[in-house]
Amino acid sequence: MFIFCLILFLSTLSAFSETIELLNVSYDPTRELYKEINKKFSEKWGKEYGINVNIKMSHGGSGKQARSVLEGLEADVVSLALAYDIDMIAKMRSLLPLDWQKKLPDNSCPYTSTIVFLVRKGNPKNIKSWDDLARADVEVITPNPKTSGGARWCYLACWGYVYRKGGTEQAREFVKKVYKNVPVLDTGARGSTNTFLQGIGDVLLSWENEAFLAMKETQNALEIVPPEVSILAEPPVAVIEKYAEKHKTKEIARAYLEFLYTDEAQEIIVKNHYRCSNPAIFEKYRSEFASIKLFHLEEIYPGGWEEVHKIHFSDGGIFDQIMLERK
Amino acid sequence: MKLKKIFMFSFRFILVFIALCFLVLFLVIPLFVVFYNAFSKGIGMYWGNITREETIEAIFLTLKILIVVLPLNTIFGIACAWYITKYKFRGKKLLLTFLDLPFTVSPVVAGTVFVLLFSVNGLLGGIVEKMNIQIIFAFPGMVLATIFITFPFVARELIPIMEEQGQEMEEAGRMLGARTWQILLKITLPNIRWALFYGMVLCSARCVGEFGAVSVVSGHIRGKTITIPLEVEILYNEYNLVGAFGVASLLCIIGLISLIFRKWIEKRDPQNLYRQIHRYGD
Amino acid sequence: MKKIFYQKSILPGYGLSLGITWLYLSLIVLLPLSTLYIKVFTGSLDEFISAVFSLRALKAYEVSFGLSFVSACINSLFGFLVAWVIVRYKIPFKGFWDALIDLPFALPTAVAGITLTWLYGPQGWIGSFLEAHGFKVVFTPIGIAIAMIFVSFPFAVRTIEPVLKDLDPEVEESARCLGASRWKIFQKVIFPTILPSLLTGFTLSFARSMGEYGSVIFIAGNQPLKTEIAPLLIVMRLEEYDYYGSASISVFLLTVSFVLLLCLNFIQFWNRRYLGTI
Repeated sequence: MFIFCLILFLSTLSAFSETIELLNVSYDPTRELYKEINKKFSEKWGKEYGINVNIKMSHGGSGKQARSVLEGLEADVVSLALAYDIDMIAKMRSLLPLDWQKKLPDNSCPYTSTIVFLVRKGNPKNIKSWDDLARADVEVITPNPKTSGGARWCYLACWGYVYRKGGTEQAREFVKKVYKNVPVLDTGARGSTNTFLQGIGDVLLSWENEAFLAMKETQNALEIVPPEVSILAEPPVAVIEKYAEKHKTKEIARAYLEFLYTDEAQEIIVKNHYRCSNPAIFEKYRSEFASIKLFHLEEIYPGGWEEVHKIHFSDGGIFDQIMLERK
Repeated sequence: MKLKKIFMFSFRFILVFIALCFLVLFLVIPLFVVFYNAFSKGIGMYWGNITREETIEAIFLTLKILIVVLPLNTIFGIACAWYITKYKFRGKKLLLTFLDLPFTVSPVVAGTVFVLLFSVNGLLGGIVEKMNIQIIFAFPGMVLATIFITFPFVARELIPIMEEQGQEMEEAGRMLGARTWQILLKITLPNIRWALFYGMVLCSARCVGEFGAVSVVSGHIRGKTITIPLEVEILYNEYNLVGAFGVASLLCIIGLISLIFRKWIEKRDPQNLYRQIHRYGD
Repeated sequence: MKKIFYQKSILPGYGLSLGITWLYLSLIVLLPLSTLYIKVFTGSLDEFISAVFSLRALKAYEVSFGLSFVSACINSLFGFLVAWVIVRYKIPFKGFWDALIDLPFALPTAVAGITLTWLYGPQGWIGSFLEAHGFKVVFTPIGIAIAMIFVSFPFAVRTIEPVLKDLDPEVEESARCLGASRWKIFQKVIFPTILPSLLTGFTLSFARSMGEYGSVIFIAGNQPLKTEIAPLLIVMRLEEYDYYGSASISVFLLTVSFVLLLCLNFIQFWNRRYLGTI
């Protein structure tokens, strides 16, 4: 007990040397990525400017995290799963300018990812393509699109697969069939992965990076099945300017995000199985990623997230209808 | 006659057997599971898990919450018990009902209430923002939610005892000219010390272990608004099952200490504890 | 005027203790709870009804109330059994078992959640056994019921135990002398005496199960319309930016809690009358 108190005491003492604290509010599967990035960034700043940067993380479903920021969680930086969530922050409380996405290169997306299938070793249900997910004997695990950003990408990947071939009605029928096979809708991507690891379901719709991580966790008791077509998921980052100004951390917050585009950070990003935005570095590690035909969200909905949200995820939208009909 | 005796004996045996099986299945095994999993990768790993920086920060925060909550609840508990047991007034029944509230209200409702109250769009959100203080997603919000869940624990322990002991001693003290604080310190407190102590232990245990309410108002910032139970959840979500159970075992130890403590007090003061168990039964 | 509200006492500190009590209570409980009601009254009645009685909410109540009822029944049964065994019979390590009953009070709910999920999950000891026999517990209503039984078990035992201890052996002896069989004694003497405390235990354990969140969310699977409990729906509504919906369901649950508390008070009142004075 005494040693314990001593540790506590020392840890508070050390907090008194000059430190800048940044809060990065992020979505679920980036835990491991930002752990590494933050360490590198702090080291770099410590060395170059003699400033101790202490980056705090908060993880959760993307929608939930955006809500927390709207309710007053004072994030300096957000790195969420989709642009819509950051748009909401800009629109509802003007905590950052509406054109935030133009402030950083590549639409403010230092990394992209996609949605893949994760199945059990040997693929016992023989799941090869999106069509297999609609089969009556397959249980699909995916989070709730109402709360999780990753789930929205899953939903749209599934939707886009049929929509690009057949149109709204067909896509609606297909997606309904797939969601009828979903036994558990967790609030976040991480929750879904955990459910799947617990032995529930035959296939997990998952972020590509999350799928790699889950494989590592289970010592390859799982397999990744890349679908032939999937969506290009673009998780953006942004400085929440109003809060950063309040904390006087705007400069460093921006530097932190710009750091994500440096070669050093891009290598870390690839190592965490995200598709990095720097083409040269991505080419170098190309063989580690499955070749999937990726389509942009704008190809199916030119109006972007605004349109998608109105049609699918608003109250009484297509997702709500599907969930009610499937009973 | 002999047959009947054998029958009674076996009937008894079966009852005891079923009861103990139930206890083992529902209580002993889960407790064992926590420690089994926590130590499943060896004691070095266990030590590593509970001395990680994040875990220590979580412990530190939890203690900080406790340091604020415990004295407040104790003062409230003594005042409230005094108020209820020493005077006759209207609305006593209502007050007692309020004291039961945290036992029946979902912790989630407790958390939600504070979010609705203090979030930027909430009732007091404007004032809070103007004053430039953060309540939810920060320390004050977590303290408030914890108090909501734990406020009656001390009072609940004190009321039956103070009722039992009556007020003759205090009245005698008053006649002899004792001041208010003298009555409190020299007469009342020594009489109720064990119940008070036990109430504080209960309050601390609940305060340290509260999950639902705190989870709703915490911004889940690692190293800043993460308490021990939330840390357990995070580790669990990071596939670190061993780590999660390791931290959980700390909470178990705190729980076990409070149980042992209860037994110990029971031995010292069987009458008092008996009263407080009695409260729902009578 | 004053006399109506309280009888004067010789003891000092009335104002102080009154002030502290009500101030604290108002700030911590009454003010926050009233915001909930205020929030709900900002909407129309139709809005309120559609939020509280949407299909998803109705299903969530069904899961919450139904399973709480089941677990309260099981707890009353086993709670009585355990209390009986502990009070009446000589068993080894009685002190240990007695202390153990309070474990769910002392164990944080999140810990209970991950523990039960692991134990009854596919790789856990009990779960793997059940799974082999085609029986699934985790992420089904059975799992939720198990978590509820765990967290509310002590209520059932601790309300019955003191009454059993208090039972006057003379009453039983005289009944025996009058030639009543054991079963008859139980039926006519013991059972009526403990019935009120049995009901109290049932109500408490029902209320606790209904509000339980921490342990259930781990084991429930949280699937809307199927294994989603009412407290979780409150959180989900918050996460979906639906503050009004969240507040409405909170108000509904809170009202149910109040009603249960009133039931408790009524049972205690009835109990006193029934048994004369204790």
